[in-house]
Amino acid sequence: MTTLRIRDAVKRYPNGVEAVKGVSVDVGDGELVVFVGPSGCGKSTLLRMVAGLEEVTEGEIELSGRVVNALEPADRNIAMVFQNYALYPHMTVRGNLAYGLRNRGTPKPEIAAKVEEAARMLQIAEFLDRRPSQLSGGQRQRVAMGRAIVRDPAIFLFDEPLSNLDAKLRNQMRLEIKKLQRRLGRAAIYVTHDQVEAMTLADRIVVLNGGRIEQVGTPTEVYSRPASTFVASFIGAPPMNLVDAQLDDDGLQVAGQVVAHDSAHRGPVTLGIRPERAHLVAGGAGLDIEVAVVEELGAHRLIHAHLGGHEVTVAQSADEPVPAGRMVLSFRPEDLHLFDRGTGVRI
Amino acid sequence: MTRVRLTDHLVLILGVLLMMGPLVVAFLTSTHDHVEIHREGMQFTLGAEFAETYATVLTREGGFTGEITGLLMTQNSLILGIGFAVGKIVISMLAAYAIVYYRFPLGTFFFWVIFSTLLLPLEVRILPSYEVAQQLGLLNSYTGLIVPLIASATGTFFFRQFFKSVPDELLEAARIDGAGPVRFFFEILVPLSRTMIAAIFIIMFVVGWNQYLWPTIMTTEEQYFTLVRGIKNVMQQMIGADIPFYNEALAMAVLAMLPPAVVILVFQRMFIKGLVEQEK
Amino acid sequence: MKKAQFNSRWMPYALLMPQMAIIGIFFLWPAAEAIRSSFYLEDPFFGTGTFVGFENYSNVLTDPNYRRSAVFTAAFTLTVVFVSLGLGLLFAVSADRVLRGQQTYKTLLMWVYAIAPPVAGLIGVMLFDQHIGPLTDAAAAIGWNLQIGVDYWDTAVAITVVSAWKQIPYNFIFFLSALQSIPSSVKEAAAIDCRSETRRFWTVTFPLLAPMTFFLMILNTTYALFETFGTVDLMVQDQPGNSPVTLVYKVYRDGFRGNDLGGSAAQSVILMVLVLVLTIAQFRLIERRVHYS
Repeated sequence: MTTLRIRDAVKRYPNGVEAVKGVSVDVGDGELVVFVGPSGCGKSTLLRMVAGLEEVTEGEIELSGRVVNALEPADRNIAMVFQNYALYPHMTVRGNLAYGLRNRGTPKPEIAAKVEEAARMLQIAEFLDRRPSQLSGGQRQRVAMGRAIVRDPAIFLFDEPLSNLDAKLRNQMRLEIKKLQRRLGRAAIYVTHDQVEAMTLADRIVVLNGGRIEQVGTPTEVYSRPASTFVASFIGAPPMNLVDAQLDDDGLQVAGQVVAHDSAHRGPVTLGIRPERAHLVAGGAGLDIEVAVVEELGAHRLIHAHLGGHEVTVAQSADEPVPAGRMVLSFRPEDLHLFDRGTGVRI
Repeated sequence: MTRVRLTDHLVLILGVLLMMGPLVVAFLTSTHDHVEIHREGMQFTLGAEFAETYATVLTREGGFTGEITGLLMTQNSLILGIGFAVGKIVISMLAAYAIVYYRFPLGTFFFWVIFSTLLLPLEVRILPSYEVAQQLGLLNSYTGLIVPLIASATGTFFFRQFFKSVPDELLEAARIDGAGPVRFFFEILVPLSRTMIAAIFIIMFVVGWNQYLWPTIMTTEEQYFTLVRGIKNVMQQMIGADIPFYNEALAMAVLAMLPPAVVILVFQRMFIKGLVEQEK
Repeated sequence: MKKAQFNSRWMPYALLMPQMAIIGIFFLWPAAEAIRSSFYLEDPFFGTGTFVGFENYSNVLTDPNYRRSAVFTAAFTLTVVFVSLGLGLLFAVSADRVLRGQQTYKTLLMWVYAIAPPVAGLIGVMLFDQHIGPLTDAAAAIGWNLQIGVDYWDTAVAITVVSAWKQIPYNFIFFLSALQSIPSSVKEAAAIDCRSETRRFWTVTFPLLAPMTFFLMILNTTYALFETFGTVDLMVQDQPGNSPVTLVYKVYRDGFRGNDLGGSAAQSVILMVLVLVLTIAQFRLIERRVHYS
């Protein structure tokens, strides 16, 4: 079954700016879908359209089988966790959790039970009578999630919920969100600009750029078969090396060197290779490069090298000997990605 | 360093003498007998007539009609001060709520209409305002005393600024939680504005209590006199008298300044906050 | 602009209704009436009158009494603004520097804010009284025969002194809050760069206070022009004939006592223009203040 269906959604502002230019996505039952992209790509707008906080200019939002375009946010059976939490500062934690239920006319004993249960699940039971200002960032984050959980929604909407936390807490909460979502078994959309969050959390990733979808797929698919140079450079850290190349009858022409390649395609292309899939060897088949800078990162290191006029990055284990001077960049043919140089689309 | 601090203390002590001296002298003199004051001038010691003078001023049925007492004037001043403050806060908040949280065609126009009130202080339109109040039959009524004074651009701007500083996400969270415009206003926005409201209330109470010009022309019946308004009559009676009742006039002055002074003293922090924020 | 807003055809209008009704009835209508009647002679409000064009204006502007009042108002305003600003700043700077007793000084120095202008006027009348006033005695000691209510200049001095005194706390509060909002790191950096405290004040602190000072100048001007009405009304003691009066007081007196409705209206309109100029100046300053910060 499908919980949410977004069909050809368009958001056009009165000043003519199009933030979302016709997007269609389905979110299955219990599925966690991550919208990822740089700022201004339309991911938050799309999420807010699902929430009912932005009007849908064209297209349809269908939730649990009914079109909700005209419904108020409160009537949509959704719950949202905001980037800055948006807790009501004058209410206690209990009041924050209960507010939505009270407004729906839920009977008091039921509210109390739901609040207690959510508080226990999130380990915030001891803070129920405090106000948000008396809580730490991580605790506020939990309260914001609690407020979403008590609503028992058809779908959870997360709008960059971890960006206000420090790195350590962020990793911890990321894991907790995933566990919680699995446990509740509800569909969720998670918006982020952080590709690590996207990769670790998602069942499926939707990569957005300029109001359009670049690619939809599982984290593995998006990582190993990026649909465009945009996705290739956005997903993965450090980003994929992209180098101008030319395909002809001899193979791939790269910076005055030739590598054998069996593609039928001919013409200018962009060659992509992930830093962690490239190897530096003393000699043999590959591309000649000149090592420039070596960055030690503990368990592994990054090597920045010159390939003709391009700079390429290679990641290797710190156990290997430190490379220097002229080396050969070697790789497996299946680790090469080829994109059309004009459109950026995968070949 | 020490020398500098000494100078500072000296400056401040002189300042306190300058600011508080006249008030202290006024109070001390009010505790003396009026004949004694007439003979010896204003007094710098505490006199024996404190209780008597103040009791007289508060309870004697004075004025031309014999209907007005100091207590009644105090009550009128309280009605004006509180009515003015509450009225200003209520209508400013409503107006600011409309301007900030609604998108409607005439929004900008209304904003400028409210702004125009800054250009028209009561003093420059006093005669026609009086005529309007008279035509509407508002002379000598609490409504006439309070309502024309409570339109407020500064109050509306103040709450507009504050509402704008409330994060959008709070409204969005409330909408998801099923709060409509009315519920959001009363359950989220008003509680959030509590300290702002209190600060403005304190300022407005003092300003309302101290109103002079409008009460002077609006109220001719003594039962509607406020303390500040009554000062003028006290003055007029003094001019006519052989030996003016200086003590009673000053006692009235002390009564008229006491409540706002106490309010400022007790809520000093909030008062300063309100004053400084409001003018921004 | 707020992202999330409500949509309703009638709610915003309902919310604005009370404010708009009061503004319409008690601000715009009277102002329009004032402008209209400034061009009429006799019985102008809501009645019939004779259209006289700019005659009321030319009468007002050529009237020696009006000119005298205008000159007094200008001198009065300037003096009140500078004296109260100067003393307010002096006290604020000292209060900002002392550690012990700061709260007490602060309270005692701002208390006069609570006093209504006419009450200040009444106390002023007593202090300057010819029989009982200690300030008159003090003036006599240096050979100055102070006669308020009788002598034009003596009354002018008394009104100015009381009005300036009443405004000191206001400036004190604003200056102190501005001083206390200067980051301590700036003060510390200045202390390292400059040895002389006086020089430090004029080269670092005062420039930082400058926007606030301009802003207060406008507010003080408004105060001196309009809010001193009560003080003036009490201190001229019903003998305004030979007493200095401000332009605002003259509008009131000519209209209510003199029944010169057209002339009073013309004076009102002249003051409206003055307020307009002041308000524009004030908003220019606020804009600049925003740019600075």
